[in-house]
Amino acid sequence: MVTRMGKNRTAKSQNMILSARDIFKSVGIIIISACAVFVCTLFLNYNTDLKALDASRLPQEVQSFYNAQVLTGKMVSALSGGCLLLTSVVMLCFYIGHYIDTHSKMLGILKALGYSSRKIAKGFAGFGLSVFVGTAAGYAGAHAIMPWFYKVQNNEGLLPEIHVGFHPLLLFSLVLLPTLAFCLLSVLYGYRKLKTPVLELLKGKASLQSLQAKTSNKVKNVYSAKTERDVPFLQELKKSTLRQRKTLVFFIGFAAFCYACMMQMSFGMDELASSMMAIMIFLIGVVLSFVTLFLATTSTVKANWKTLAMMRAFGYPDKECTDSVLGGYRLPALLGFALGTVYQYALLKIAVTVVFREIKHVPEFHFNVPALVFTLISFAVLYEVILYVYARKIRRISIREIMMDAE
Amino acid sequence: MIKIENIHKSYGSNDNRFEVLKGISLTIEDGSFLVLLGASGSGKSTLLNVISGLESPDSGKIFYDGKNIAALADEELTKFRKEKTAFIFQQYYLLPHLNVDKNVKMGADLAGNHDYIKEIEAVGLAAKRSKYPHELSGGEQQRVAVARALAKKPEVLFLDEPTGALDEATGRQVLDYVSKLQKELHFTVIMVTHNANIADMAKTVIRMNSGNIVQTWQNESPKTAYEIGW
Repeated sequence: MVTRMGKNRTAKSQNMILSARDIFKSVGIIIISACAVFVCTLFLNYNTDLKALDASRLPQEVQSFYNAQVLTGKMVSALSGGCLLLTSVVMLCFYIGHYIDTHSKMLGILKALGYSSRKIAKGFAGFGLSVFVGTAAGYAGAHAIMPWFYKVQNNEGLLPEIHVGFHPLLLFSLVLLPTLAFCLLSVLYGYRKLKTPVLELLKGKASLQSLQAKTSNKVKNVYSAKTERDVPFLQELKKSTLRQRKTLVFFIGFAAFCYACMMQMSFGMDELASSMMAIMIFLIGVVLSFVTLFLATTSTVKANWKTLAMMRAFGYPDKECTDSVLGGYRLPALLGFALGTVYQYALLKIAVTVVFREIKHVPEFHFNVPALVFTLISFAVLYEVILYVYARKIRRISIREIMMDAE
Repeated sequence: MIKIENIHKSYGSNDNRFEVLKGISLTIEDGSFLVLLGASGSGKSTLLNVISGLESPDSGKIFYDGKNIAALADEELTKFRKEKTAFIFQQYYLLPHLNVDKNVKMGADLAGNHDYIKEIEAVGLAAKRSKYPHELSGGEQQRVAVARALAKKPEVLFLDEPTGALDEATGRQVLDYVSKLQKELHFTVIMVTHNANIADMAKTVIRMNSGNIVQTWQNESPKTAYEIGW
């Protein structure tokens, strides 16, 4: 009886660590995993059904079309799937780290009560559920439009009719396996992060100390080399905001990379593959970059909430407040954009000249300047709109809020 | 001179509405040292927030040299805070990723004060300019907050329970810095505290209870931080 009560209590304490709201807060992972699995399911399912055809019986001309389709499917699945998978992993680690930082007191109390890091970390497996929600949605979405996708892929009627098949191995590898892998990764990463001493968790010092370690040498060298009076406070704040949140620099750069890459690629896809492929890449690019940008901006503003409140109390205008915490990300965004542009050009060039070199009727590929201009302008508008939205939020921050929070 | 007329302030809505300030009126002379004294929930911190322009009152007027700040738009209110006020809070609210020097510069830059090292020296932290807030004791952190506030060259300094998180010795030290600097620079001090002993340092003391001023008195000879009880 006692043992059962003890077990129940342990189970409850683990459930208490993550609420359904926390899991749904990791909306970034849900959307990214949904996008990844959506694309991979479409192309891999199609490829599997395509391979069921006896290619040797197809006429020579159709065979090259067949080969092109198989290669496209492999390339798109590997690139988008791999890229999005990597992003999901980084994002998951970011969410867990952020969760531990914001709930450090609660976690510190649990540890002080005697719960081991391993036991608490087990509760983080719940983060893997967000991957399940995303992958399941992506898988279901792909199956919903699959008949139409098959038709478009074979719109010239070169191949015999291909029926949509259900492949359990794909369901396992694209939905169940990632869920299990992410559950495990969440527990392991959470365990690693929870190794912080109890007192540091209770005082919320963990993040502060890692932050100080990051800033230490570089800042002190600058301090001794140059009189600090020469550098304006806002400039210092902008720099230190970037230094303390390197993951966010990555996310903002990545959002710009995705946008530049996928938007420009979608222009090329219209000619190289199909309009549907172009629309799909376009939509995924917009959703992915918007969500990443939005989440990164939200985290930056939340992390600097107290700083912003103090700045406002002291009389810094809203524009300067916004610029000091968000303005510094313009350069990483620009770099990400430039990288994305180069990447998509190189990728399509290689695809056309190397991968598909033996396939006939592949159109020539040139750098699309109007696409670049359109993408750059639309990204700048998107970025500035998000900044504007947050500038309005910052205007509503009050010192009373943080005083209540401190109490 | 600061003149406050019939200030009302409530929080919550409909049935949960709670009136925190119930028609407060008072006058504060330039260069005076005023303490708002009262128990928790008496409305003293809300009054401080409203007088300082951090919050707007529901009704009433707050005149600074004849200008009603209760009627100002958000941008004008920001400009007012930039030019006139500075704050010291119980929780210090230093920027954790910036060292002492840069934290003080936050206030100094607003006033175009390039000589802010003086303020750091005045609070006895010249040797710790490159330290980060978590490398300092509570008292040292509060002294940084004092230097940051004074580097802004304010006309009015608002303090909300500045010694609430400090031990007696450190608390006295911080109050001593504030009091000495006030005498030297002649800015107005408005301090909120629940500690009746600290009120002995002020020229004017206002006791609040349930959103009303219940008592006002003048100290003929205010005590120093080391003369008051604790």
